[in-house]
Amino acid sequence: VAGFGSLMQDVLWCFSQVKGTIDIGVTEADIISTVEFNHTGELLATGDKGGRVVIFQREQESKNQPHRRGEYNVYSTFQSHEPEFDYLKSLEIEEKINKIRWLPQQNAAYFLLSTNDKTVKLWKVSERDKRPEGYNLKDEDGRLRDPSMITMLRVPVLRPMDLMVEATPRRVFANAHTYHINSISVNSDYETYMSADDLRINLWNFEITNQSFNIVDIKPANMEELTEVITAAEFHPHHCNTFVYSSSKGTIRLCDMRTAALCDRHAKFFEEPEDPSNRSFFSEIISSISDVKFSHSGRYIMTRDYLTVKVWDLNMENRPIETYQVHDYLRSKLCSLYENDCIFDKFECVWNGSDSVIMTGSYNNFFRMFDRNTKRDVTLEASRENSKPRAILKPRKVCVGGKRRKDEISVDSLDFSKKILHTAWHPSENIIAVAATNNLYIFQDKVN
Amino acid sequence: MFVRGLKRKCFDGEEDIEGTLAGIKAIPSYNLQRQSLLDMSLVKLQLCHMLVEPNLCRSVLIANTVRQIQEEMTQDGTWQMINTQSTGQASLDRLVSTDILCRSSREQAEEKHVPSYGTFNKDFEGDQGQDSSETMSTASSVQAPRNFQSNVWEMENPQENKGNFQKSLDQIFETLENKSPNSVEDLFSEVDNSYYDLDTMLTGMMSNTKMGHCDGLETFSSPTNTASSSNCKSDLNELDHIVEILVES
Repeated sequence: VAGFGSLMQDVLWCFSQVKGTIDIGVTEADIISTVEFNHTGELLATGDKGGRVVIFQREQESKNQPHRRGEYNVYSTFQSHEPEFDYLKSLEIEEKINKIRWLPQQNAAYFLLSTNDKTVKLWKVSERDKRPEGYNLKDEDGRLRDPSMITMLRVPVLRPMDLMVEATPRRVFANAHTYHINSISVNSDYETYMSADDLRINLWNFEITNQSFNIVDIKPANMEELTEVITAAEFHPHHCNTFVYSSSKGTIRLCDMRTAALCDRHAKFFEEPEDPSNRSFFSEIISSISDVKFSHSGRYIMTRDYLTVKVWDLNMENRPIETYQVHDYLRSKLCSLYENDCIFDKFECVWNGSDSVIMTGSYNNFFRMFDRNTKRDVTLEASRENSKPRAILKPRKVCVGGKRRKDEISVDSLDFSKKILHTAWHPSENIIAVAATNNLYIFQDKVN
Repeated sequence: MFVRGLKRKCFDGEEDIEGTLAGIKAIPSYNLQRQSLLDMSLVKLQLCHMLVEPNLCRSVLIANTVRQIQEEMTQDGTWQMINTQSTGQASLDRLVSTDILCRSSREQAEEKHVPSYGTFNKDFEGDQGQDSSETMSTASSVQAPRNFQSNVWEMENPQENKGNFQKSLDQIFETLENKSPNSVEDLFSEVDNSYYDLDTMLTGMMSNTKMGHCDGLETFSSPTNTASSSNCKSDLNELDHIVEILVES
């Protein structure tokens, strides 16, 4: 993608907008659980723990205000999932939206998939700016007219009205997952998509809701033998027969759906040999992959585990080509992080439009960017203090030991309740969306 | 690092002690830390049952950690040492796991006379006359992989009966899959075979039915069928074992 500077030294990130309340106490339902731009970047969707989806639309850039590069405003809000109760297991099914994925736009309406732990839904978001007037059988208030009182007929006409955006559920894909859905991915054929839970991956056709193909099943016959689960899955961006899935043991499998109906045999197996000098009781837990993403080019995959982000070349299975330390200073704190469960936090990772920079979140509302070409990295913070319009974000630094400089923060002062798990990068521009608990921050690069 | 600070002991800042059984380590400290990690992990697995629906990935990772610790403890033969050490005052330093396991004070007193893992193993497997620690370690290490799953709870409190036998790792996964961990009472109630059978059977059957009405989801119905019936059988066998021990003691 040409036309924008991707070198770290050229990019200064500025605050653009923040969505969400400033209240001290956070309502659990408002916690953002997924963020996703659509394929053009015109729309930005968020899902939250309360099962709601909020879609923001970028306003048209105005020549009068060139410095306001297209702000995002609320376009549509709807309740996607409701809490349910599984009576057989006496368990609640959370309404939390785990993932949102957009379909490419094919007509005037927008389509997206949203999922909670058990059910995937296809939503149609469309605009209505005209309404019919002049019905014969009912008056303008909708009250039925007495047919015997009608003396002449007229043809209803469409008249303009205030723009209304409606979201309607077009498909509900239910009852196909025993375990919790962690990923959905739209195939490049735009006719199918997959949903992955802890042990199985299913392939769906958008038009068919009462059937799905099971394409991966790693459930052992004897659950006693279960030692590994699926953590994330994604289709190749161009090859509709290829997908990858990651595991809790730090491995990635690439599968080709042409080889067999059930893709239990991988075509490629990506695993980095363990470093014996770093071995501890927590080695496996921190190797568990929390997110896997194909590059836009389809040549690389990126994985996120607890302490690092890794880039893999599809042609090299025995080790990643790049490894970036996200917050290695946590390595000596693993026991505490195990105790308070933070070690199980699932961070996501994203590519920029040209695959030259990767981004992922950390604690204390910090997020990190790594430039793959210059090998430079930066730590930025999503906070209300840095929220003046077009204020340039100052790089942050964590002090590991010894003398702490004025602007640095020590590891022990980090707030582990402020975690940035979900981020998104505009498909072609330097605009990023960062979810910090119940707030959504939008940052843009500085316009010169 | 000494006993005084051990209440919330973690491996933080002790990277070199953490992973390796390097030459001369401060033996009580490392073993107690490892025990503490084991206790913490077991508590976490317990707490899984009380949540809405347990996060399977987290449970699997914790269970694997427990396995790892147990394998290491078995290999270096410290398993026995820990048990003899664990009588008396060490129980206070333990994490809350034992409290959560709802033991009566009488059982706590009994734990002071707890036989070593080797001895317990002897009872369990019916072995006789394995008195030397060496033989016991060998026996336990040979059997460790197979017994680990079912014994992970008993190892800690070998005299423990009733509620705790249910919390072996395999049963945890059974619970995650089939049963309804809907109340704390269920976990700690006495083993009642008839209730267990009915519940598992019913859940197994009903989940099949639930899936069954979706045409084309045949891939689900068959695995669920075999899984639930085989799990029933293995669990019944295990419960038989448990009942045997209860009767013997």
